Amino acid sequence: MEKLIEEFSFGLFFWQTLLFGLLLFLLWKFAWKPILSAVNEREDGIKDALAAAEEAKKEMQNVTADSEKLLKEARAEREAMMKDARDMKNKIVEDAKDAANVEADKMIKQAQATIESEKKAAVAEIKSQVANLSVEIAEKVIKEQLSNKDKQLKLVDEMLGDIKLN
Amino acid sequence: MRIDFTKFLLVAALLFCASSFAKEATASDEPKKDLKTEIKEYVQHHLKDSHDFSLYSYTNEQHEHVYVGFPLPVILWDNGLKVFSSSKFHHGEEIVEVDGSHYKLYHSKIYKTDAEGTINYDEAHHPVNEKPIDFSITKSVVMIFITCLLMFFLFSGLAKSYAKNSGIPTGAGRFFEPIILYIRDDIARPNIGEEKYKKYMPYLLSIFFFIWFLNIFGLTPLGVNVTGNIAITFALALLTFLFTNFTGTKDYWKHIFDPLGDTLPWYGKLLLYPILIPIEVLGIFIKPFSLLIRLYANMQAGHIVLMSLIGLMFIFKSWLGSSLSFGLAFAISLIEILVALLQAYIFTMLSALYFGFASESHAHAEEHEGEIQHL
Repeated sequence: MEKLIEEFSFGLFFWQTLLFGLLLFLLWKFAWKPILSAVNEREDGIKDALAAAEEAKKEMQNVTADSEKLLKEARAEREAMMKDARDMKNKIVEDAKDAANVEADKMIKQAQATIESEKKAAVAEIKSQVANLSVEIAEKVIKEQLSNKDKQLKLVDEMLGDIKLN
Repeated sequence: MRIDFTKFLLVAALLFCASSFAKEATASDEPKKDLKTEIKEYVQHHLKDSHDFSLYSYTNEQHEHVYVGFPLPVILWDNGLKVFSSSKFHHGEEIVEVDGSHYKLYHSKIYKTDAEGTINYDEAHHPVNEKPIDFSITKSVVMIFITCLLMFFLFSGLAKSYAKNSGIPTGAGRFFEPIILYIRDDIARPNIGEEKYKKYMPYLLSIFFFIWFLNIFGLTPLGVNVTGNIAITFALALLTFLFTNFTGTKDYWKHIFDPLGDTLPWYGKLLLYPILIPIEVLGIFIKPFSLLIRLYANMQAGHIVLMSLIGLMFIFKSWLGSSLSFGLAFAISLIEILVALLQAYIFTMLSALYFGFASESHAHAEEHEGEIQHL
């Protein structure tokens, strides 16, 4: 302890206090105050920026969700439109088929009717021919009868036999 | 900022170059001492402040001591201001006469003597001559001044770089800014508290860097043992003491003069307080005293160990012993770099803790109670 007091130099203490006091004042004024306030400002800035980024992220999420929704809607709409189109196509094809069928039926019926009428006409002609033939036969038979009764009968039979074959 | 700093370095370097050639040779007529005492004296001399800035000295072929360095002004108060250059002392070998008074430099201290320079001793071989009040610009004062300049340019430059570079430091500031933030966030805030720490920040930052820089300067080959000087640590601890007590809140003083508060009835206090209050009052002084002794002793011890190990190299004079002590000195140097930082940290940390006690309001009292036990 005595050695410490012996070693103590008042001059050095004086200069140290003076210079350090001056340093403290100058640094406080020109260094620490601006440094600490700049750092604080920067930290606040970072905090704000982080908050803003968070906000932006949320916004972004909202936007994404919105666009997702829109996309989904659009997709659904497209699907619906596609379905409509497909249905329409099917319907048209179906209709066409039906129409074709109907037309075909109609044509077949017409054809059948024509055939029927032709047949009828043919039958009618045959009938008239048969009638003519019959009349001719009857003429001949009557002519034969006038000559030979047996022969007449035989002829009638032959004639009838011919007709049956027809 | 970089330009300012470079300018400063340039000026400092020029200063050193210009004056380091101020060689002085003095004839040595003393008997040759043995190596061990010479080293011991050298270490002792190094630990003390000196009146001239000597960089190194050697003995030439003519057995003359050659000192390389530059003299510093000596300022004495002895019935009037007396100023002269320290070169007049010729490193303690000559007596200086100013205005009829004679002064002699003896073991780094200036004594008033008669014309022959007689120094009278008491039984314990201490000089009893009168000592004038010595305001000399010593080696330590020069280093303090350089450190102050360095700190001012460094940190005001850092402050300016914020303005220039939109809040981002440039250059050396990138290294120092995290340290400033560390002191704010891990020393000031937890110890002093969120509301009041701002008031103490300039002081805490200043002492931290001041002590750290001076500690580091002490490890350079300039070898200035500034922070290992009791006057310096005393001045620093005194500031902490003054700041603590002048910013003390009502609760702080109440804690000292009425430490138990409402937990004890008055008749109990009557018995306990004659013991407790003196202890608390003593505590006010012991706290900064421990600061000054801790820093002083650590730096002093570090320098003694380091210088002794370097001295060992010359004592061993063998390839094994000398290289071993060189390795050891190197290792200790590395540890000393850590100690330099650590001591600055501890001084700042404890100052912050004391400020925390001083500025505590009741709400924080319990919180700090835990911290004390933790320490």
